[in-house]
Amino acid sequence: MASAPAVVGVEEIAEPPVLEVRGLTKHYTIGRLGRGKTVHALSNVDLSLERGEVLGLVGESGSGKTTFIRTVLMLDRPTAGTIRVNGQEPVPARPSASRLREHRRHVQMIFQDPYSSLDPLHTVRYSVGRPLRAFGIVPRHEQKAAIEKLLAQVGLVPAGDFLRRYPHQLSGGQRQRVGVARALAVHPSVLLADEPTSMLDVSIRLSIMNLLLELRSSESLALVFVTHDLAGAYYMSDRIAIMYAGHLLEVGPASAVMGHPRHPYTRLLREAAPDPDGDFGRDTRFEVQGDPPDLTALPPGCPFVPRCPFARSECETALPEWREVGAGHRVRCVLYGGPDGTAAFDKPLTTRGGPDA
Amino acid sequence: MLEIDGLSVGYGWTGRPVVTIVRDVSLTVGTGEVVGIAGESGCGKTTLALAATGLLDPPGQILSGSVRYQGTDLTSLSPQELRELRLTEISMVFQASMNVLNPVMRIRDQFLDAMAAHGVESSAEARKRAEETFDLVKIPRRFFDAYPHQLSGGMRQRAVIALALVLRPKLLVLDEPTTALDVVVQRSILQSLNDLRRDLDFAIVFITHDLSLLVEIADRIAIMYAGAIVEDAAAKDLYQRSRHPYTNALMEAFPPLGGDRRRLEGISGQPPDLRNLPIGCSFAPRCPRVMAGTCDEIDPPTIGRDDGHLVVCHLYSEKEAPVG
Repeated sequence: MASAPAVVGVEEIAEPPVLEVRGLTKHYTIGRLGRGKTVHALSNVDLSLERGEVLGLVGESGSGKTTFIRTVLMLDRPTAGTIRVNGQEPVPARPSASRLREHRRHVQMIFQDPYSSLDPLHTVRYSVGRPLRAFGIVPRHEQKAAIEKLLAQVGLVPAGDFLRRYPHQLSGGQRQRVGVARALAVHPSVLLADEPTSMLDVSIRLSIMNLLLELRSSESLALVFVTHDLAGAYYMSDRIAIMYAGHLLEVGPASAVMGHPRHPYTRLLREAAPDPDGDFGRDTRFEVQGDPPDLTALPPGCPFVPRCPFARSECETALPEWREVGAGHRVRCVLYGGPDGTAAFDKPLTTRGGPDA
Repeated sequence: MLEIDGLSVGYGWTGRPVVTIVRDVSLTVGTGEVVGIAGESGCGKTTLALAATGLLDPPGQILSGSVRYQGTDLTSLSPQELRELRLTEISMVFQASMNVLNPVMRIRDQFLDAMAAHGVESSAEARKRAEETFDLVKIPRRFFDAYPHQLSGGMRQRAVIALALVLRPKLLVLDEPTTALDVVVQRSILQSLNDLRRDLDFAIVFITHDLSLLVEIADRIAIMYAGAIVEDAAAKDLYQRSRHPYTNALMEAFPPLGGDRRRLEGISGQPPDLRNLPIGCSFAPRCPRVMAGTCDEIDPPTIGRDDGHLVVCHLYSEKEAPVG
């Protein structure tokens, strides 16, 4: 279990992505039978993850980040699309119990709220030991040692002290560490982290982020780090994916997406983020008002059109194709029509309508 | 305008030991000034705000010190006198206060209700004033006759801010007003607040754990740790030349949005138990620059009263040069 390098072998054998998601779509039905509406929570999402890679998935609440995690883990069944792990056959739409178990041996998640994701009636030893028993990973007599090792791995030392504690005897940060230990128990290749720091105090956030980064290095764990905090995503991620109204709008290396955001929505997020180096009175090119679209009545084209200052008529009719704008940097926006992917973007543009329009 | 002087606040029922939550805090807020207060959870930010606005309820009690609003000591006022001051002079907006709106009353009626409670009888003029205030926070007018559940979270928070401003107070106290909101919504509310302040000219006390946000919007920032102010300076000055090791650590807890990505450590350890504070500087057990024999034995001095950059730390002498 010593630190294995993320890139294996000298010959560079092309390794399949640890997680490959194609066309993932999830619709929920709400309302009364027959008169229900369809919520388009996730629309045709393609993402793949290399071994040991951290992908930051960024978006506002209601953008489909949590739905993405839930469907990848098959907690909710996808409406369409495929999920492949380690190059295996895709998980079937209605997997058998054993196939589901096999899937979750490789993909695990940690939850946003450490206060509600641990059973208050059970000790840490029980919660962390449960996956070991459920998946039959270690023989019964080695369980205690395995649990202690997991606790030590997530920084809960001396591990022996934590075994018999109940969740109410732990701080928020410690609870989140227990959640990480529980997810690690099955030695997954992919960890899906759903805003793991948003409920924690500022001083503890960084330590949980550092823990996840350490595990990425020591376990070659691939990580999907879901967040609405751009600074956290930039700190954590190799690549950043921007999600809006269930659609991916931009994906690329973290430094490119943050340093030179292309999609108007990414630019809006970037300008809205608190930035101590920025001048508060600075001119944002965006009218930051307006709400994300109603997911039960998505516009046929780009979902950002109603708020986009650069929208054209073609944006309203069809969702733009993906365009490459740099190495591994793609964006779904008609502004990047030119063959070199530059297009008429960097010239000064005026926003559509003023504050009083 | 608001002068807090040597204020200590504690919680404890009669006959039981009192836990001191706010220790000897002095802070002034000038007319039209934006003062930020930052610190971890449990550092006493909210208790300070409650005490400073006369909203502290038992078992909370003011142990010593005074809070003066335009010369009047708020701690000496009767509940009735305080009630008259609220909304007309001082308004408060609390965390998740978008949930304070009455769910079964139209927003318009809640505005008129609040105005009537302060003697502004419902009239065409009062209604016009309510509508104008509602327009200021940039919510479409049609929502004025809506019920709270018909508004999004961001709009509800705006509506509460409008309600707080309807009687044109001179001081607005905001306690984590945007913490529950997304960045884009947060930004638009902050921009509106900034515009409103310019138009209506009121001072703001802005309480948050998000130091990166405060640096942008505040004129001055006070950093609180374990109930006491450890640093107090102009916002940009604090950001560029922070002095207290706790301020540095808190600043580091917010990773940058660009540039080099290096490993940050933030703040290790836990805040101290307020019932059992360490001797000397209360940050000493977590401080990366702790000086054994000094910090853990002697109370730190307050330095920098002359240049307006106050720091409570043994590392600094009056000449600003770090010692040791």
